[in-house]
Amino acid sequence: MDFRFDIVVEYAPFFLKGVLWTIGLSLVGIVFGTVLGLVIGLGKMVQNRFIRLPFDWYVHFFRGTPLFVQILLIHFGVMPMFTAQPNPLVSGAISLSLNAAAYIAEIFRAGIQSIDRGQMEAARSLGMTHVQAMRYIILPQAIKRMIPPLGNEFIVLIKDSSLAAIIAAPELMYWGRAMQGQYYRVWEPYLTVALIYLILTLSLSKLLHRLERRYDA
Amino acid sequence: MIQVTNLKKSYGSLHVLKGIDVHIREKEVVVVIGPSGSGKSTFLRCLNMLEDFDEGDIIIDGFRLKDPKTDLNKVREEVGMVFQRFNLFPHMTVLDNITLAPMKVRKWPKEKAAEKALQLLAKVGLQDKANVYPDSLSGGQAQRVAIARALAMEPKVMLFDEPTSALDPEMVGEVLAVMKQLAKEGMTMVVVTHEMGFAREVGDRVLFMDGGVIVEEGTPQQIFDAPQHERTKSFLSKVL
Repeated sequence: MDFRFDIVVEYAPFFLKGVLWTIGLSLVGIVFGTVLGLVIGLGKMVQNRFIRLPFDWYVHFFRGTPLFVQILLIHFGVMPMFTAQPNPLVSGAISLSLNAAAYIAEIFRAGIQSIDRGQMEAARSLGMTHVQAMRYIILPQAIKRMIPPLGNEFIVLIKDSSLAAIIAAPELMYWGRAMQGQYYRVWEPYLTVALIYLILTLSLSKLLHRLERRYDA
Repeated sequence: MIQVTNLKKSYGSLHVLKGIDVHIREKEVVVVIGPSGSGKSTFLRCLNMLEDFDEGDIIIDGFRLKDPKTDLNKVREEVGMVFQRFNLFPHMTVLDNITLAPMKVRKWPKEKAAEKALQLLAKVGLQDKANVYPDSLSGGQAQRVAIARALAMEPKVMLFDEPTSALDPEMVGEVLAVMKQLAKEGMTMVVVTHEMGFAREVGDRVLFMDGGVIVEEGTPQQIFDAPQHERTKSFLSKVL
């Protein structure tokens, strides 16, 4: 098997641009997914069934249908309602955020509900309000437990951003497909892209590991 | 101090409390005994509304708990509670466990809260444990910290929910000693316990509960030496 390093070098500037967009998409997904996920997670814990219903269905929908389908629906269905020329990067960022929020909502909910009931009772018995008890007692303990599953979700998010290539968002995978189309070669574009994704995810998991250890101390 | 009238509670079709009437005076130590499932813990947890109830009334220190205008957080500031499983906050040092509520709820400055905490730790014999985390404490030590934490709010009433049931036998004594001291100082206390020795020695009044009602009540002498009711007699014959 001959491996043509020359075409990899030729595409290097495009891969660099692509990887920056991949990081950008992932960061947007992480930030907005986390914020939205917190809101939806809290919504899912409301006692009232009717208030809880839309939050439940949000999670059902975004967790229960493929991200691939969601990206197509959002880019070709939802976005054109707001703008004549939808930007694929914007559509991709929105899809990733909405999708990640569903998973993150479940991580928040599970983290909070995993804290022993006695902790909330002890806090309330001391006269703390529900908000105070959450802030000082429940969340600090829950966040520590959320870090590993959140890290997992962030890694999934980086990899899933590659699906935005299908709507021509110029991220990493998009340039891999472009290279494949130009040279009709398989190993060079896809192995290069795979390697770059691996570097991204390994770096993130190293970072998370360090964060986890710091929280343990 | 505490007036309970016709207190009823059920979980679905299971009636846990079937009409409790009791008046607890200031500085009185009331001990609640009875078989498990008799409703005694539920009764105690209704007193600070950790458990909502269906019918009846509870008035504590002039606050009617069911009155929508009553701020339950204000009531709970005056009603300390000690749990069977301690429920210390594992992510905070012993000192922070004790100072948190006085600082956040009573709005005390840090110095005042810390001073009070150290004073209470000395009182329960754990002044050297101020800066350790709860997971390094024995059960008996953890429960004494939990008592100090509740006392730091300077409550008018203390509720104890089987405070020694989760302890190894050799640690029961140290916790009971702290509670005895507290009773001697005139704290109003409601204690759910299986420690009959404590009930006899420290209790001003003993309530025997079974099947969601108070079957019999009286002084420790009346209950332990001359129980009137069959159910009381059969319970005591099993535990004494």
